[in-house]
Amino acid sequence: MKNLNSVFAAYMVGWAVFFVYYISIARRTSALRDDIERLKNSLTRGK
Amino acid sequence: MKKSVLSAMVVLLLLGTAAYAAFFVAPTDARQGLIYRILFLHVASAWTGLTSFFICFIANLLYVLRRQPRWDWLGVSAGETGLVFTTVVLLTGPIWAHPVWGIWWTWDARLTSTFVLWLLYVSYLLLRTLVEEPERRALLSALFGIFAFIDVPLVFGSIRWWRTQHPQPIIMGGPDSRLDPTMYKVLFFTWFAMLGLMTLLLRQRYRLEAMRGDLEMIQRESEAA
Repeated sequence: MKNLNSVFAAYMVGWAVFFVYYISIARRTSALRDDIERLKNSLTRGK
Repeated sequence: MKKSVLSAMVVLLLLGTAAYAAFFVAPTDARQGLIYRILFLHVASAWTGLTSFFICFIANLLYVLRRQPRWDWLGVSAGETGLVFTTVVLLTGPIWAHPVWGIWWTWDARLTSTFVLWLLYVSYLLLRTLVEEPERRALLSALFGIFAFIDVPLVFGSIRWWRTQHPQPIIMGGPDSRLDPTMYKVLFFTWFAMLGLMTLLLRQRYRLEAMRGDLEMIQRESEAA
């Protein structure tokens, strides 16, 4: 079982990078959706 | 059930099966022992990253030729996704190298060209933050993206053209390059699962970029009105 820790570390690091990226896309999408909503509201108020 | 949830579940299932196969189906390497199992994540991520950069390159070319925003959106999405996969390659490589080579890193042709590739696509994304005008930003980044892709054949050829610390190719590397048939199948299955993950991430990222494009258009119209 030599180097089992290194194998686990590599897989953990790899999956963590993918997971963080997926979360970052979801967060950016949600923030952008809020911005669009805010802009739409301000445009409606301006009319 | 929503289509996006279903596709995410399929990708998760594929990745889970690939991880199971990498740990329990592929035989242990006679020389390296367990540590070689990093190969499945490391190599499959590298191939997926290069595939993503190829999509970015095609999208950049199409933007230059047709000037349609959707090619710019696809280009930046594929560039960023490719960068994530290459980051995984650069992080898992040293974890594998340390027990096998006795060093974390060396500036050989494969490692250096991959690091340069990573830097080029970081620059590609940074460049986009520096230009505000959308058409100019899209054109400049498309031209830079086409230039950045020149490094991809160098990464591919580096272990074929030069003697490197990094192992010689296991596939398409001449008569001496071969892999155990079960390892070969597991590696290709892992690549297939990674391509599924890439498609999922790319689709989400493209949607974000399309929304950003729409927002910029609404902002410009409201400023003009």
